[in-house]
Amino acid sequence: MIRVKSTLAALGAASLLGISGLAQAGATLDAVQKKGFVQCGISDGLPGFSYADAKGQYLGIDVDVCRAVAAAVFGDASKVKYSPLTAKERFTALQSGEVDMLSRNTTWTSSRDAAMGLNFTGVTYYDGQGFLVNKELGVKSAKELDGATVCIQAGTTTELNLSDYFRANNLKYTPITYDTSDESAKSLESGRCDVLTSDQSQLYAQRIKLAKPDDYVVLPEVISKEPLGPAVRQGDEEWFDIVRWTLFAMLNAEELGITSANVEEKAKSTKNPDVARLLGVEGEYGKDLKLPKDWAVQIVKQVGNYGEIFDRNVGAGSELKIERGLNALWNNGGVQYAPPVR
Amino acid sequence: MTIHTFKPDLPPPTISIGALGWLRANLFSSWINTLLTLVGLYLLWLIVPPVLEWAIFKADWTGETRADCSREGACWVFIQTRFGQFMYGFYPTELRWRVDAAAWLAIIGAAPLFLRQMPHKLRYGLGYLLVYPLLAYWLLHGGFLGLQTVPTSQWGGLMLTVVIAAVGIAGALPLGILLALGRRSDMPAIRVLCVTFIEFWRGVPLITVLFMSSVMLPLFLPEGMSLDKLLRAMLMVVFFEAAYIAEVVRGGLQAIPKGQYEAAAAMGLGYWRSTLLVILPQALKLVIPGIVNTFIALFKDTSLVIIIGLFDFLNSIKRATADPAWLGMSTEGYVFAALVYWMFCFGMSRYSMRLERKLDTGHKH
Repeated sequence: MIRVKSTLAALGAASLLGISGLAQAGATLDAVQKKGFVQCGISDGLPGFSYADAKGQYLGIDVDVCRAVAAAVFGDASKVKYSPLTAKERFTALQSGEVDMLSRNTTWTSSRDAAMGLNFTGVTYYDGQGFLVNKELGVKSAKELDGATVCIQAGTTTELNLSDYFRANNLKYTPITYDTSDESAKSLESGRCDVLTSDQSQLYAQRIKLAKPDDYVVLPEVISKEPLGPAVRQGDEEWFDIVRWTLFAMLNAEELGITSANVEEKAKSTKNPDVARLLGVEGEYGKDLKLPKDWAVQIVKQVGNYGEIFDRNVGAGSELKIERGLNALWNNGGVQYAPPVR
Repeated sequence: MTIHTFKPDLPPPTISIGALGWLRANLFSSWINTLLTLVGLYLLWLIVPPVLEWAIFKADWTGETRADCSREGACWVFIQTRFGQFMYGFYPTELRWRVDAAAWLAIIGAAPLFLRQMPHKLRYGLGYLLVYPLLAYWLLHGGFLGLQTVPTSQWGGLMLTVVIAAVGIAGALPLGILLALGRRSDMPAIRVLCVTFIEFWRGVPLITVLFMSSVMLPLFLPEGMSLDKLLRAMLMVVFFEAAYIAEVVRGGLQAIPKGQYEAAAAMGLGYWRSTLLVILPQALKLVIPGIVNTFIALFKDTSLVIIIGLFDFLNSIKRATADPAWLGMSTEGYVFAALVYWMFCFGMSRYSMRLERKLDTGHKH
């Protein structure tokens, strides 16, 4: 068995090496420009992040990141084709070149960054594992959950985080694992478990599924760090920079008060040098990235700044109503921070 | 001389005829049956009214959004607003007539095969099997002869399920028959090849095969060459089901008495003619239930493509439940899915029974 495993690992490593060797600097941008669209890997359905509406239109934070990259490269946010990927497929799809970028609520971890032949370009959403409980339970903190029955939505690391947290705090619990979010929500509702654990962003979606959402509350504790961000293939720094700075442009736009409504006016009349540099009025910063001069204008005009994207997909303007929290800008109590365009 | 007249027959006792008699004979014939009947009735009373109440009486049928649903019963509005997506996936709305056309052509084209008096049925059938797939490909995929291309990434919903199942059935049956014949062949090379093929594909779960096709295969293909995801999945389904069909057909072949083989040989028929004219018609008829069983399983197995991110009927429903505007509608969605799958599978099962009766030539005991 060990031999089989190591052979498989070697096989996997060999194929990864082969693939990452093929990705040359500039190759992705050339290929994308040649075919005329960005092929973007998204999830197969996650509320607020990537999902399809009744008209078959893809929406969500992850989808908007794809659209922003297309806006930067082509000046047209609609030049994206989406590949819905399951959690198991996602890295292969990126490694094999099936998609140009992965924007699929993927947690940035050292092993994925270093060993999987891919690079994370930034963090679009600071997530973390949390708890959803019935208010009747009268629990104010996760530390009071000793002896609770916990519904776990099976994830890549959910169970490990939970067991780590309860062990560290010397608490006992009974886990019940479910494969889908629907099952675990129903189970919480029927009282089979006292508390439901999953990534916080998903707990809010879970809460809407319940018949009486207001009877349930998300506890303040966050027991793991789950920075979600887009990833690209290793070895193509040019494309890496484009995807990374697309996100930075959206963050900088929010910080500088540029919105999709006022971006064109600001591009014409701004006196603020920071705004002028970001919007390409001053300097040749787009050219350094091999992008058009007005790349940031197009991003903000067609997709919006980070705050707008957050708001309409998961924030106050959406059904999920998630607070900004960690995802607020650095000067607003959060940790979203972008280096300046200069 | 008196003529003896029979007394008129008395009617049977009222207790043994009509509804009452039936009840007595079938439901209350002994104390144990009475008990079972009562328990059964109690269970029905527990289950049926709440289900009906949820699905029909308290359900919401009209509206546009989630807010139109009272949430006391089922919210069929969800199915209604998403119906197009469940049927066609992301197939462009203005081109959906092409899917409809392909479906109607399949039905109309196949209709003559069901007419008893139709002459040259075999020739027509073979012609249909050759022409229709090309026509269907042209209609669904397009890209030549004036039809716009619709890439398979936009296919979805029930249409995709039916396409995968139809290709699976049409591909697996002939391949399976060939494999079954090959497995019983006298030529060692062919026999070993067929046995290996069958045992390999039967030995791995379909979900693994699909997963490999989607996750491992792309890594081995040369850069720039990418096989369509749907094509990969369909190939895997065909190979997988062919192995099962082969074993079902082999069962039929083994059930044919040796005398039939010898009689065919004595008539001077060679291998292919004796197989095609004498053995296979009898063997296939025997294994209709087994073949249809495999096909029904295949139809339901198509939902496993969920693992490789293809949006078949079931996955389309799952995707729709992730829309924040419609969160919490999974029960409605899955009930609807179950109903549609059941209709298809029940239809197949009834058709196979009809086929068995029609082809029955009196070997039954």
